Amino acid sequence: MRSDWFRRGLSKVVVWLCALAVLLALVPLALVLFFVVTQGILSLNLDFFTNMPAPVGEAGGGMANSIMGTLLLIGMGALFAIPVGVISGIYAAEFAGSRLATAVQFAADTLNGVPSIVIGVFVYGIAVLPVKQFSAAAGGLALGVMMLPIITRTTEELLKLVPVSLREGALALGATRGWATFSVVLPAAAPGIITGIVLALARIAGETAPLLFTAFNNRFFSTRLDQPISSLTVQVFTYAISPYEEWHRQAWAGALVLVGLVLLCSILARYATRRLERLQTGH
Amino acid sequence: MKRAFARQDLGFRLVTGAVALSLVLLVVTIGWELARQSQLSIAKFGLSFWINDIWDPVSGEFGARPFIWGTLYSSVVALMLATPVALGIAIFLSELCPAWLRQPLTFLTELLAAIPSIVYGLWGIFVLVPAVRTLEASMPAALRQLPFFSGPPVGVGMLSAVLILAVMVIPFTSSVAREVLKAVPMSQREAAYALGATQWEAIRAALYYARTGIIGAIMLGFGRALGETMAVTMVIGNNPQISLSLFAPQYTMAAVLANEFTEAADELYLDALIEVGLVLFVITLIVNVASRLLIWRMNRTVTVRKIAPVVATPVGDAA
Amino acid sequence: MSRQDTHVAPAPTSKPPAPTHGLISVQARPAGPPIESHSTAIDVEHMSFFYGPNQALFDISVKLPAKLVTAFIGPSGCGKSTFLRTMNRMNDIIPGSRVTGKIVIDGKDLYGPDVDPVALRRNVGMVFQKSNPFPKSIYDNIAYGARLNKLASNRSQMDAIVEESLQSAALWDEVKDRLHDSALALSGGQQQRLCIARALAIKPKILLMDEPASALDPIATQRIEELIYRLRATYSIVIVTHNMQQAARVSDMTALFWLGRLVEFDRTDRIFTNPREKITEDYVTGRFG
Repeated sequence: MRSDWFRRGLSKVVVWLCALAVLLALVPLALVLFFVVTQGILSLNLDFFTNMPAPVGEAGGGMANSIMGTLLLIGMGALFAIPVGVISGIYAAEFAGSRLATAVQFAADTLNGVPSIVIGVFVYGIAVLPVKQFSAAAGGLALGVMMLPIITRTTEELLKLVPVSLREGALALGATRGWATFSVVLPAAAPGIITGIVLALARIAGETAPLLFTAFNNRFFSTRLDQPISSLTVQVFTYAISPYEEWHRQAWAGALVLVGLVLLCSILARYATRRLERLQTGH
Repeated sequence: MKRAFARQDLGFRLVTGAVALSLVLLVVTIGWELARQSQLSIAKFGLSFWINDIWDPVSGEFGARPFIWGTLYSSVVALMLATPVALGIAIFLSELCPAWLRQPLTFLTELLAAIPSIVYGLWGIFVLVPAVRTLEASMPAALRQLPFFSGPPVGVGMLSAVLILAVMVIPFTSSVAREVLKAVPMSQREAAYALGATQWEAIRAALYYARTGIIGAIMLGFGRALGETMAVTMVIGNNPQISLSLFAPQYTMAAVLANEFTEAADELYLDALIEVGLVLFVITLIVNVASRLLIWRMNRTVTVRKIAPVVATPVGDAA
Repeated sequence: MSRQDTHVAPAPTSKPPAPTHGLISVQARPAGPPIESHSTAIDVEHMSFFYGPNQALFDISVKLPAKLVTAFIGPSGCGKSTFLRTMNRMNDIIPGSRVTGKIVIDGKDLYGPDVDPVALRRNVGMVFQKSNPFPKSIYDNIAYGARLNKLASNRSQMDAIVEESLQSAALWDEVKDRLHDSALALSGGQQQRLCIARALAIKPKILLMDEPASALDPIATQRIEELIYRLRATYSIVIVTHNMQQAARVSDMTALFWLGRLVEFDRTDRIFTNPREKITEDYVTGRFG
């Protein structure tokens, strides 16, 4: 009976503190977005998307090569990560409980936790050092390695969510296990997996560290896989730490493009998952 | 017919299994490769690499202690700042939030995790650091006497790094903690309420039930902070000194890799850097494995399929 | 998950009437003050309950007597559990729930402006259908409520509370040597008795039980029923049950609910042998329900 008011008061205080925590987290979000948008929009023009970087002092420089580079790199990453990731995910879901399946889950989670700079060091060791050459291919590989665990886990989890009855229906009609998986189960899980892939692509498009010494950087436009290539993130980094005002402005513009890309993919993914839920569960 | 089917099933298993195996081998290869490439440095310095605090590429003397210190110090302090906020968010979103607000707030906190680290770094250099500089300069003299706040108010340094790290860790820890709290059965809270608990006390009962998973969530956040590169590199000052002061520019393992890797002229320098990468790999591996095990254990007592969402808020860093 | 109870508890001082098969027959009540002389523990006046726009309980008025066992029976979905939960305001945690009318305990309307649900629940305890012990030791489970409400100021007082509660729940002898073992290691029936002990530890005046034995095997059920029968000397008990034989065995008064309305409320022996309403007669003779 005593100190009841204390307990009640404490409960109210805690509730308010939790709400405060939410606000506290939203403040930096608002600040970051505010500055990125206001600073970036100033330098975002057609030149930005079509021109190469201009020498210091000259106006009209752009990041066309970087944008191209990023697209190429995430494309290569996807080329490596999607097949390997989806198939590994299939194994983990189909043969769940086996030692290899558990090992796959464990490996994927571990890989997810490896700092991206360390992955850059690793790829440097196996793809750059032997040929003594920075290359877009190496950068693509590094990004692919980063995408791999996300795609694996997404595929595995979504496949497990497909109702068993679907697979049994296929098997009962005489399909082999592999055929049942590819023709029935995988398509059922496909929308979610694709959403996951899109999100993973958005995430690695924003990566810098693994590219620093794999794809390195390139002032010129290049699509050659065996040469260093520019990327939006590394270019922003290079400009940001430079002493030139003009390049700083370009860096903000690049950051705006990055954030815009991430925002777009997040919203798309959220929209897609909700459509998916409605299709599957009817509400 | 039956034998053909069995063969095809076996083929399915072998092919997918081979690919799956390659994933597992990849992880092993990373560790092995890092160890192999840093042989020169390991051979030359041995254990002194961890203890020596002189990092001098010119004279060929490499001690990684400043970086280990910088990484651990920044991550621990960032964790201290981030954990209460993250748990507060998790509690709010899973227990206290009105239904209509939940979706938009969840989306916003996930957005926090999705912003690329280079963007945080850029914002850090041009917005946060000047602000921190002003803050440091205006700190009252009495506090300046403490070892935590000594030194000139430069702006770049541990404080800026810690603040940015905290912001980046918050959404990770909070999303995992939220999943963990959602998995606590309602009957536990009902039991508490029926015994006369206030709202906070009922939440405490749920937190107790989920404590293993919550600790796992916090540790995952720690792992995230340990590996963060770009945002830290751009605001920490990149000075290999060991200092308790938050004002002092310092260095982390990830930052030195980002900055000096392409400068490494000779083999020893390169190997030393790769060894730093190995150390970072091992430390984050231990933290992540331990936290996964904790969350796994929580998983099994509650039997929930998805605890740590991999897609929406990727765990691990985005540098 | 629940193992069989293999311990044999000491026989309670008064046994409930033995179950009969087929027709429900109610044995004579043992000695005690006549039912009619009991005061009212809970006075419900024209209470209706809404989940958002849907009405679940319609204009219920009843006086539940003190120091007796009242059973709520009726087909599933008829609102008996909902009604039970309004009496300790557990429905408050469901968003969109609304109550009109009054429920009066000790002269105060539970839904009045000056009643604190937290304090109310100390006075009106609840035991749930599925036992929900905390993942702590047996001791800490019992002590939880006592600690919350600061009922003990030192260790020996707490020890006394724990022992007394476990004795009341007929669990003391089985667990006295392992008070600090995890509560989750107990069998299903033991866990439920633990939850009863936990509820009793804060010394409520009224005990609400929502199908307390429905998840248990017959032997464990019987022990719970014996316990309830004994507890009525000290507590006013309201028990929701879908098992008519259980209601007949254990309760003094019975209330039949049907589609959210209270159909009949009377002494148990009359409800089962000579009910007034047709619905009641049809239900207790098994024509539906």
